[in-house]
Amino acid sequence: MIYANRKPIKKTAYVMPDVALPTGGAWITEARKAALASASEYGMPQKRDEYWKYTDPTTLTSDAPTPAAIFDNKEERLFDDVDRVKVFFVDGIYNAEMSDPLDLAGVEIETLETAGQADIHWASALYGVLETNGQRPVPRPLAALNTATATQGLVIRATGKAAKPVSFIYLHQDENSDATIHHTIKLEAGADLTILENGPAAARCNMVMEVDVADNASFHHVRAQGRDHERRAVTHIFARLGKESSFKSFTLTVNGVLTRNEAIIEFKGDDAHATVAGACAGDGTFHHDDTVFITHDAVNCESRQVYKKVLRSGAVGVFQGKILVQPGAQKTDGYQISQGLLLDDNSTFQAKPELEIYADDVACSHGSTVGAIDETALFYLTSRGIPHGTAQDMLTLAFLGEAIEEIEDETLSETIRARLERWMARRQG
Amino acid sequence: MDTVDQVQVKDGVDQDTVDAVQSVGGKYKYGFETDIEIEYAPKGLSEDIVRLISEKNGEPEWMLEWRLEAYERWLQMDEPEWAMVDYPKIDFQDQYYYARPKSMVEKPKSLDEVDPKLLETYAKLGIPLKEQALLAGVEAPEGERRVAVDAVFDSVSVGTTFKDELLKAGVIFCSISEAIQDYPELVKKYLGTVVPQSDNYYATLNSAVFSDGSFVYIPEGTKCPMELSTYFRINAENTGQFERTLIIADKGSYVSYLEGCTAPQRDIAQLHAAVVELVLLEDSEIKYSTVQNWYPGDEDGKGGIYNFVTKRADCRGDRAKVMWTQVETGSAVTWKYPSCILRGDDSQGEFYSIAIANNMQQADTGTKMIHLGKNTKSRIVSKGISAGKAQNTYRGLVSMHPKAANARNFTQCDSLLIGDKCGAHTVPYIEVKNNTARVEHEATTSKVDDEQLFYCRQRGIGEEDAVALVVNGFCKEVLQALPMEFAMEAQALVAISLEGSVG
Repeated sequence: MIYANRKPIKKTAYVMPDVALPTGGAWITEARKAALASASEYGMPQKRDEYWKYTDPTTLTSDAPTPAAIFDNKEERLFDDVDRVKVFFVDGIYNAEMSDPLDLAGVEIETLETAGQADIHWASALYGVLETNGQRPVPRPLAALNTATATQGLVIRATGKAAKPVSFIYLHQDENSDATIHHTIKLEAGADLTILENGPAAARCNMVMEVDVADNASFHHVRAQGRDHERRAVTHIFARLGKESSFKSFTLTVNGVLTRNEAIIEFKGDDAHATVAGACAGDGTFHHDDTVFITHDAVNCESRQVYKKVLRSGAVGVFQGKILVQPGAQKTDGYQISQGLLLDDNSTFQAKPELEIYADDVACSHGSTVGAIDETALFYLTSRGIPHGTAQDMLTLAFLGEAIEEIEDETLSETIRARLERWMARRQG
Repeated sequence: MDTVDQVQVKDGVDQDTVDAVQSVGGKYKYGFETDIEIEYAPKGLSEDIVRLISEKNGEPEWMLEWRLEAYERWLQMDEPEWAMVDYPKIDFQDQYYYARPKSMVEKPKSLDEVDPKLLETYAKLGIPLKEQALLAGVEAPEGERRVAVDAVFDSVSVGTTFKDELLKAGVIFCSISEAIQDYPELVKKYLGTVVPQSDNYYATLNSAVFSDGSFVYIPEGTKCPMELSTYFRINAENTGQFERTLIIADKGSYVSYLEGCTAPQRDIAQLHAAVVELVLLEDSEIKYSTVQNWYPGDEDGKGGIYNFVTKRADCRGDRAKVMWTQVETGSAVTWKYPSCILRGDDSQGEFYSIAIANNMQQADTGTKMIHLGKNTKSRIVSKGISAGKAQNTYRGLVSMHPKAANARNFTQCDSLLIGDKCGAHTVPYIEVKNNTARVEHEATTSKVDDEQLFYCRQRGIGEEDAVALVVNGFCKEVLQALPMEFAMEAQALVAISLEGSVG
C-alpha cells in the first residue's frame, strides 16, 4: 500500500459555483474541461481541510477578491540591472506595449492567448498535465481551477541555452484586480533557461507554472513576490524532472496579507537534482505558507528544501514540506530544513516537515527549528559596539542568507541580498 | 533464521538488528487460547448494551448517564481516516462488547478463589498472579523487585495482587469497576477530565462501553512502594476489549506503572480501543511503560488486533513529570499517540518509543506535547523499524502556546527499513506561538546534545561510541527498566541499532 498513490477523498457535500470556460482552440478546450471536472470533483479548499490546516483559504476562493491598496515603494524594480527579456503583466493581463519583443535565441515564447487559438499545439502535452499529476494524493483544486479558466500567461519552449533570462514583471494597478495566470514551460534535452519573476500581480492572484525539464536540462527560477501589504496570492509550481536534469527555484516574500506558495516536484529520470528555497520576512498581518511536495520516483536523485522565515508583530509563517520516496527510488538524498525566527512574542511559526519512504537505501533528513534570535550572538555583536538594531538586522540577514545562498547565480543572489539589506536599513531609519 | 537470508539489507544496517527484528516479529508466542466458559452480552452495539455493561458492573446512575451521553455523541461521529493505515471497514455491530469468564460472575473474594484456568493463563504468559507470601517478621530479600498486577481478561479484571499491602501505604490500586463502587468521589472528580467523553471517535466509543481497567491513586507525598502493572489479555472471539485506566498522582507522589497486552492467534481481526488518563498534581511523577504485544496477524495480514488507543497525561501541577515509554511490537493496526499536556509551570513530558512493524503490520503512532506553562520541557525520541511489508508512521505534535515562556522541546525520530517492500513515514506537526520557546526537530544523529557528548568524550569514550550511547542509549536504559515479565522482549530488542536509518 502506497498511501501517496491513493486518490483524494471527494467532497460529497460541495457544490461548485458556475464557472464559464473561456473560448479557445480544440486542445486547450479539452484541457480546460478536464480541469474544471477535477476542480468540481474535489471542491475548493476549505478551512477544515487537513492540507489547509494552517492557512484559511476563504479569501482565495471567494467570488470577488478583497480589494488591495496599491503600494508604491518608490524604488527601482528588482533585476533592473540584469540583461533580460522583459514581459509585463498589468493586473494579470499581458501588456505587449510595455514588454520586449518575445524573441530570444534558443527559446520560443508565445502568449497563452495565442497558443490557445490553435487547434493543435505542442503545449497540449504539458498544459494541465503536470497539474493533473500533482492532484494526488492531495487535491489542489485552486490549481485545477486555474488550468480551467486561465487565459493569461506564457508558453515557452527552450531548445538550447538561452542567452539571457526571461523576466516576468507583474504590476498591480487596480485595487480590485483578480488575476489568473498560467505559464507553461518546456525545456528540451540539454536546454538551459532562467526565469525571473517580480511584482505583486493583482489584489488577488492565482498563478500556476508548469515546468517540464527534459534530460540534462537546467531550469533556474528566482522570484520576488510584491510588497503590496494587502495583496493575496496562491501559486503552484509543478515540475517534472528528466535524467540528470536540474531544477532550482528561489522565492523571496516580504509582506502580503496572504501568500500560499506550493511547489510540486517529481523526479522521473535518474541522477537529477532539485532545490526549492524560500526566504520570507513578515510583519503584522502577514500570513505566508510554503507547501512543498517532492516525489522521488527515480534512482540517485537529490532534493533540497531550504525555507527560512523571519516573523514579527503577529506575522504567521507556515511550512508544509514532504518528501515522498516511491518504491525503487534507491540512493535518494532528500534534505529538508525549515526554520522560523520569531522576533517578538506574538508571531507564529507552524511546520509540518513530512517524510514518506518506501525504499530502504535512501537518506532523508528533515530538520525544523523555531526560536528567538540567538542572545549570545546578539551580545557578541553589541559588545563590539554595534547598535542593537543593526546587530539584530545582521543576524536576521545571516539567517535568511542561508536560503538566498541556494540561488546558483551569484549576481542574482547578491541582488536579492542587497535589496533585503536596504529594506532593513530603511526600517531602522 | 532462514528468512533473514532472503532479505536484501542495505549496507550499514546492523545484522544483529535484522535478527532482533526477525525474532520479535517471528512466531507469536502468546497465540494460545484459554478454553473457558464465557458469558457474552448480545452481539452489536446499542443503548441497551451500554445499559447492560453498566448493570453488569453494578454501576451507580451517574456512571450510566455518562456512558449514555458518550454513546449519543459517538453515533454522530465519523471514523477518522487521516492515519496512514489501511484496513477493511470495521462492522461495529459484528462485535461483542462484553465477555466475561463464567467463573467471574460471582466475583472471587481473593485470588485463591479465582478459576485456576485463568491463573494458569497468566502463569503461561509469565505473569505470576500470586503474592509471594511473606512470613511474619521476615523482610523481602534485598533487591528483589515486586510488582503488583491487575489482570484484565476480556471485559473483566480477574484480580489485583498486593492490594492490601499497597493500601497500607495509602495507595489505591484496583480495577476501575471496583473504584466506581468504592471510591466514587475520586472517579467522579477525575474520570474524563484528561480525555473528555467525546475526545475522538474511539475514545468516545470507549467512554460508552468500557468494561474494566485499572485505577490508581497515589496520595500526597507518597512514593509507591512497588511497581504497578496491568496485564491485558483478550481471549474471547469476536470480542472487542475496551478498558479504561485512570491514574492520579497527588502532590509530590511517584509511581511507575507498566502495561502489557497479548491475544490469541486468530484469523479474524479483533478490536481494542482503550483510554488511559493520567492526572499529575504538583511535583508528582508518573512513569508509564507499555510493551504492546497484541497478536499482529499472520504473514498475509490475516487476523490480528486493531489497536486504537487514546493515552494522555495532564501535568496540572507545577514541576510534575511524566514519562511515556512504549515498545510496540504487536497489533495488525496501531493508532496510538500518548500525549502530555504540560499545564503546570516547569512541568516535563517525555516520550520514548520503539515501534517495530513486521509482515503486514501497520503502525501509526507518536505523541503530542502541548506546552501551556512556563519553562515546560519535553523530549521525544522515536525509533520506528519496518520490515516485511509493514508500514510504520511517526505522527507527532509539538505545540508551544503564547504563555509557554522559555519552553523547550527536542524531538528526534529515526526510521529504519529492513528490505524494500516496507515503508517508513514521519508526520510531525510543529506549532510555535512564543518566541522564547525553542523547538528542535531533528532526524539526524549529528545533532546530539553537545553537553552530553562532551561528558562522554571527557570520560574517554570515542566520538562515535558517544553518539551511539547518547542516541541509542535510551533503548537499553528503557528496556532495563521494564519488569521481569518483559525480559524476553527486552533482551531481543537490546540488539537493535538505528545505524543506516533513512531519515
